[in-house]
Amino acid sequence: MGSTDQSRIRNFCIIAHIDHGKSTLADRIIEKTGLLTSREMQDQVLDNMDLERERGITIKAQACRTVYQAKDGQEYILNMIDTPGHVDFNYEVSRSLAACDGAILVVDSTQGVEAQTVGNVYLAMEHDLEIFPVLNKIDLPSAHPEEVKTEIEDIIGIDAEDAPEISAKTGQNVDQVLEAIVHKIPAPDGDPEKPLKALIFDSLYDSYKGVIISVRVRDGSVKAGDRIRMMATGAEEEVVEVGYFGAGQMIPCDELSAGMVGYITAGIKTISDTRVGDTVTDADRPCDEALPGYKKVQPMVYCGLYTEDPTKYPDLRDALEKLALNDASLFYEPETSAALGFGFRCGFLGLLHLEIVTERLEREYALDLITTAPGVVYKVHKTDGEIIELTNPSNLPDPSEIEYMEEPIVKAEIMVTKDYVGSIMQLCEERRGEYQNMEYLEASRALITYHMPLNEIIYDFYDALKSRSRGYASLDYELIGYQRSELVRLDILVNKEPVDALSFIVFAGSAYDRGRKMCEKLKDEIPRQLFDIPIQAAVGSKVIARETVKALRKDVLAKCYGGDITRKKKLLEKQKEGKKRMRQFGEVEIPKEAFLNVLKLDEQ
Amino acid sequence: MEIYVHIPFCQRKCAYCDFLSFPADADTQKKYMKALLTEIRDFPCDPPMEVSSIYIGGGTPSFIYAEAVAKILQTIRERFVVDGDAEISMEANPGTVTADKLALYRKAGVNRISFGCQSADAGELKELGRIHTWPEFQESFRLAREMGFTNINVDLMSGIPGQTEESWERTLRAVAEMGPEHISAYSLILEEGTPLYRQYIEQKNILDTGVTQKEMISILRRKHAAEDGQGMRQTDADPEIRQTDGKQDIRQANGNMEIRPADRVQVCDAGHLWLPDEETERLMYDRTAEILDAYGYHQYEISNYAREGYACRHNIGYWTGVPYVGMGLGASSYMSRTRYRNTSDLDRYCRDCSLGRKWQALTEKDMMAEFMILGLRMTDGVSENEFLHRFGKTADRVYGDVIRHYTDLGLLERENGRIRLTRRGISLSNTVMADFLP
Repeated sequence: MGSTDQSRIRNFCIIAHIDHGKSTLADRIIEKTGLLTSREMQDQVLDNMDLERERGITIKAQACRTVYQAKDGQEYILNMIDTPGHVDFNYEVSRSLAACDGAILVVDSTQGVEAQTVGNVYLAMEHDLEIFPVLNKIDLPSAHPEEVKTEIEDIIGIDAEDAPEISAKTGQNVDQVLEAIVHKIPAPDGDPEKPLKALIFDSLYDSYKGVIISVRVRDGSVKAGDRIRMMATGAEEEVVEVGYFGAGQMIPCDELSAGMVGYITAGIKTISDTRVGDTVTDADRPCDEALPGYKKVQPMVYCGLYTEDPTKYPDLRDALEKLALNDASLFYEPETSAALGFGFRCGFLGLLHLEIVTERLEREYALDLITTAPGVVYKVHKTDGEIIELTNPSNLPDPSEIEYMEEPIVKAEIMVTKDYVGSIMQLCEERRGEYQNMEYLEASRALITYHMPLNEIIYDFYDALKSRSRGYASLDYELIGYQRSELVRLDILVNKEPVDALSFIVFAGSAYDRGRKMCEKLKDEIPRQLFDIPIQAAVGSKVIARETVKALRKDVLAKCYGGDITRKKKLLEKQKEGKKRMRQFGEVEIPKEAFLNVLKLDEQ
Repeated sequence: MEIYVHIPFCQRKCAYCDFLSFPADADTQKKYMKALLTEIRDFPCDPPMEVSSIYIGGGTPSFIYAEAVAKILQTIRERFVVDGDAEISMEANPGTVTADKLALYRKAGVNRISFGCQSADAGELKELGRIHTWPEFQESFRLAREMGFTNINVDLMSGIPGQTEESWERTLRAVAEMGPEHISAYSLILEEGTPLYRQYIEQKNILDTGVTQKEMISILRRKHAAEDGQGMRQTDADPEIRQTDGKQDIRQANGNMEIRPADRVQVCDAGHLWLPDEETERLMYDRTAEILDAYGYHQYEISNYAREGYACRHNIGYWTGVPYVGMGLGASSYMSRTRYRNTSDLDRYCRDCSLGRKWQALTEKDMMAEFMILGLRMTDGVSENEFLHRFGKTADRVYGDVIRHYTDLGLLERENGRIRLTRRGISLSNTVMADFLP
């Protein structure tokens, strides 16, 4: 396909509240269109390209290209770009949106506008995307499209009069959506003659092809044999193959040119060379400046990861290496804990990222993990003038050696509908936030800005925010610097033994409250054992909270005769299995989930 | 060898019962008897094996026609060699026996009778869904003595909803005063699939929503009143209910309560989560041994107490690895390192008793674990010599770490070549036993 055909490319994403029919519509669009243009079809026949061979490779790509024969008789290339959905990945979402020119907003015509709808639209608006709404599920008797249209106009403020009324399930009126894509979403307007300038919006590692980067070409073009450079990381490689993602397939093509969305492979071995948001350019004829918006994603949250079985440490190392191939934002380095043995201090984008990684390690790599309390990076100014960047509470020097400590402060921008302004401000105050500013973007929508310790945000702030705004608040934050603060290390002692894995740094004023909650929660997590187990929270040598797990008094099978032996044995086996899931701490057995659960203290 | 015979019928299912038992009409009983007798008659043993004890359990063996018991014993005698001094027990429910029936049992050779009394307290009996009253039990007991039974067991139950330490002591003393040779005192265990369990889950589900005890009671009242208004649905007891998982039970609990309205209200009025708490239960358990000891009953197993010479030989057989054959619906057998279980499906069993039999081969490790787990149920514990004799290695070599660990914690003790649970170890025996499993 020649580089003059930009007018017949449409790059878009679908945004929707959960369950409003995003993926059904995507499936329907793929079904109603083809994967190849008629010219490509011919080329394929001529080139005798073995499509079947490629079918074997199924990749979950974040983009899919289809070809649509529009009513005007022309063929249009439609690139659908998928977006992840959580604040931890806000940056990735913003890069995916930046790769699009427009967005389809799917609204369930039986439900109307909902929280996520609003949040997603705001994000898309920030990227100047052309948004057009579609009303889904009109085949259902409870559909009320007219009212929902009014809602869209009132709440979101976009024109919904001509919105197609469709059923993604039955396929009804989906052709109207396809026409709207062609007519409402602007065509790309890059310059194919300029030096290559392409945005990386996703990258994944394949053991055969190496790193596969998903790009949106802004200007210029790229083909096999070209030498490319990633502008931020400086990595250079020769392009092996370019192409695009069909539904689950990689289809190679000759060239990717301005306006196109596709993939590049270049024998790149490490994914950290291909950072999302970076700009790809021609190494021999580089563009003047990179695309805006690139950020080197820095881990914001640190915790220790250990295997329950200490001999599995090498397995954890291998697994982390493999995961990191596909996750440039995952940081890890070896560390040792007195209680847990060898492990890794790992850095994550946020708590959800942490959870996703640990879950994948456990499920895909069959590892049993123990996770320590997440923390941020503190700066410890010692009396001798040395400054330590503390990512592990165990390394906190003796209080006598500490002059003062600093903690990271973020600028938190919270967008919220006006009804919840009060409760959100209250939450920020509770979390040591310093009010900066509030502006009304529209009559119903406010942007509140606070300076807050990051420490407070990783401590369940996001959930609290969502629950206090019924899901209508969205949060964005960026690090603005460090600030001196009264910080102490809170230690948790189980049966008088400090569990180093449970120590964390906390604002002195919150120590008592957090300590008490930790003890209460831990009490519920530790099953009763053969003796009383004191659980204490301490700052230094001072115990500030205490709970007791009462000893088990009675655990006995009253009956066991000839007919029950098998069944009673099974009960005991279950009990034994339960013991296996425990970790021995001195005399006490602690279930491994206890750690993660204790860290998930609710806001109540 | 020992023989167990299962009679899976009862007049009405009790609220706590998860045994394979259900009400049945006379035709079903006859059909079952025919299959049962066939199973006994066709048992492959040539030359005939010697039988040291027979136990007819249920269900309620005294519920079916009395001649059946005589017929069963007669058929066993035709097929096996029953020792002259064999212990021949049968279970009976107070209120289902008459002088005539008891005389027939005695004549047929039954020499030990076991009454399911459970409690001397009218309210507690009702809570359990028992069909008899305390005076009915007293009368049955008196009749049994009159008909010449010199070895009688009485089953009792602690931990009943609404039960207090005082009422439990009253029950114990009242029964001990009557002087049976043997008393089995069980702690109530909530078994999945029983009405009591469903009731427990129902209450727990309500409490888990964060309401107070008082609110829960009024919620239950309203809910039950609404259900009663529509007419309660009665379910047939499902013999396989034990195999349903917890989730299903919760669902059933919400829709299908097999609890009579009167019982429910009383349960709620108790004003606590209707089960005695763990500490109370433990105190009840300790008091049991003390009180019964004063009446001359020696505790020889976790839940069993007997006068000198009256420990149940049949049950001791189970705990010491004596081979046994179980005849009847769902009955288990154990011999030559194999355990098998008859089908629990009545129709299948009646068609051919060997249909759907499940076999399980035991490894040496299983055998050793069972030797320990079952043996430790008895207050005498296990003999280290016996272990060495059976398995060719010392218990220390196999279980040294476990034995040491629990001896150090004071839950096991070793004395004169025996290993046994301490008093505290009995209360926590599951914890100890689990560690003997392979």
